[in-house]
Amino acid sequence: MSDTLQKTEQRPSVPLRTPQLPRIAPLLVAVIALAVGGLVTVVAGSGLVALSVVAWLVFVIGLSVWALAVEGRRKATDRLITSLVWSTFVIAMVPLVAVTWEVISKGHAALSADFFTNDMVGVLGETNRLTGDPGGIKHALVGTLMITATATLISVPVGVMAAIYLVEYGKKNRLSRVLTFLVDVMTGIPSIVAGLFAFSLLTLMFGPAYRSGFGGSLALSVLMMPIVVRATEEMLKLVPDELREASYALGVPKWRTIVKVVLPTAFGGIATGVTLAIARVAGETAPLLIIAGSTTVTNWNVFSDRMMTLPVFIYSSVTQGGKYAAIQEERAWGAALVLVVIVMTLNLIARLLGKIFSPKTGR
Amino acid sequence: MTTTTEPPAPEAEPRTSSHRLGDSVFSGLATAAGLTIMLALAGVAIFLLIEGAPAITATGESVYGEDNIVVYVWPLLYGTILAAILAMIFAAPLAIGIALAISHYAPRRVATYLGYAIDLLAAVPSVVYGLWGRVVLAPLVLPLYVWLGDHMSWLPFFQPPVTHGRTILTAGLVLAVMALPIITAICREVFLQTPRMHEEAALALGATRWEMIRMTVFPYARSGVISAMMLGLGRALGETMAVAMVLSAGGFVTINLIGTDQPSTIAANIALNFGNASGSKINTLIFSGLVLFVVSFAVNFAGRWIAARGEVKS
Repeated sequence: MSDTLQKTEQRPSVPLRTPQLPRIAPLLVAVIALAVGGLVTVVAGSGLVALSVVAWLVFVIGLSVWALAVEGRRKATDRLITSLVWSTFVIAMVPLVAVTWEVISKGHAALSADFFTNDMVGVLGETNRLTGDPGGIKHALVGTLMITATATLISVPVGVMAAIYLVEYGKKNRLSRVLTFLVDVMTGIPSIVAGLFAFSLLTLMFGPAYRSGFGGSLALSVLMMPIVVRATEEMLKLVPDELREASYALGVPKWRTIVKVVLPTAFGGIATGVTLAIARVAGETAPLLIIAGSTTVTNWNVFSDRMMTLPVFIYSSVTQGGKYAAIQEERAWGAALVLVVIVMTLNLIARLLGKIFSPKTGR
Repeated sequence: MTTTTEPPAPEAEPRTSSHRLGDSVFSGLATAAGLTIMLALAGVAIFLLIEGAPAITATGESVYGEDNIVVYVWPLLYGTILAAILAMIFAAPLAIGIALAISHYAPRRVATYLGYAIDLLAAVPSVVYGLWGRVVLAPLVLPLYVWLGDHMSWLPFFQPPVTHGRTILTAGLVLAVMALPIITAICREVFLQTPRMHEEAALALGATRWEMIRMTVFPYARSGVISAMMLGLGRALGETMAVAMVLSAGGFVTINLIGTDQPSTIAANIALNFGNASGSKINTLIFSGLVLFVVSFAVNFAGRWIAARGEVKS
């Protein structure tokens, strides 16, 4: 008895607290890393990229080694991974910031009132040979607007009704399970394949020279429908069954329950999903390049003749080359700025719609 | 939510016939819409097959001077897969890191906005990425490629001569940026589904945050992460414009990522040649599109299947 007691007393005392780096340690190392990076940049005379790489290396290695010395291997690994995880996020932000910056800085020079009100008919280089007007993107804006609107008109009713089938009528039967799966797979269809589909379908019907904005809308609908179905389905599932049951209890038939109770409740989410889908297809290029073609005139009729769109305008302006490559590239950046503003605005609207109409189910 | 009360059966209630008519019309419309979507998908396959079929037996001029369609499509398929794999090598580790940052490292209030920022990356149209990659990124990375060609040429991937930055490596970088959001979004979802109790148990046993993630989050999320990778791969395989604009396409079969002679991809090849093609050449291009459709469908199918299986198990 007394033997064991003595043994425990002889055991070296284990500290309850392990040594830890001070809370400001990461900040401290970051400042030192930046200083070292700055020093190297000044000495070697290299640019901002070298500074960030050197500073990043010093920070990650410095903090880990310090932690290894003070806190031990496990804590050091943890700190290393934490730095790496945050680094990945910063790296991902680099292209976003770079693209936004380039589009704004290179695109704003091209913008003017004429840029939006003129098309490219008869424009070679700077201006129209006959009238002296500078070239613009009116034809591409009109095309993007018409084609996207037509695609929305096709895919929203079909998409919403299909989602209603999945949630309200399908009830996990065989057809609805297959449909859910196919819709998932369909979101991964390459956009150019959708364009080839529209091309094959329409040229089989109307002859090999057929090109029109409608074909573009058809291709975009193939890309848009799965997004609309998924968004609507998620929202309809959020509508509480109590609402449906209350409606049935009042003797309202099922279809009026869906139209008057279920859809209004889910409206905000559906609107968000549809807006996001529009934003997604408004920037599509490949299918339009194939079936809507490219032209210099403003065409308001989706059902006949070629139609220019903003993405195709950007693509063809850049790839044309030749004598007027510089001015064409400037126009391409201008069009890119307009396109990015349109798409980002749609995204913003979608977020706002989502906020305003966020489902009030409270679960 | 499983306690759905079925609506009263039609025959059980004394309703006017207009009610029943409305119901049957509406449910008919809904079913028709569902069938339309399935038809659309089938239509994609069928019409590509109809228009692409003549190319199977084509030779000579209509397959751009090659012996037959296989010789024509194979280098393009190779380039497509190479570009997509390069993109995944860049994107996969980044996406896992970002998803972890959002799901397990960022404070909850900040996390939502970080998620928005990554979603914005997906909102930028592909043609704008293409423009950026061609005009800005390609000249920017050229010095790096020259250095790689000078000092790393013992690796087969970095062979001189390096004359321009518009190579498959640059295309892979741009594709990685474009595939990043979808991989991140799915990984994030899966990481967040890890049972809270598992995580807290690990932390209570004294695990550091990284040990907790390695012991609880990763084993739980494995199938989800794999399916996210497959879907990202599908996205990278089918991406057209970024590659068409960035890559100086040559149609060579090579593993030299920075040299002057570069491969092309199926989608980029269609975009570049479709405008000038006519007659049987169009059939050839559509057939290559069919090949792309089959490959990306298979990859997406596998991804969704793995995801669905993972869900059942959990």
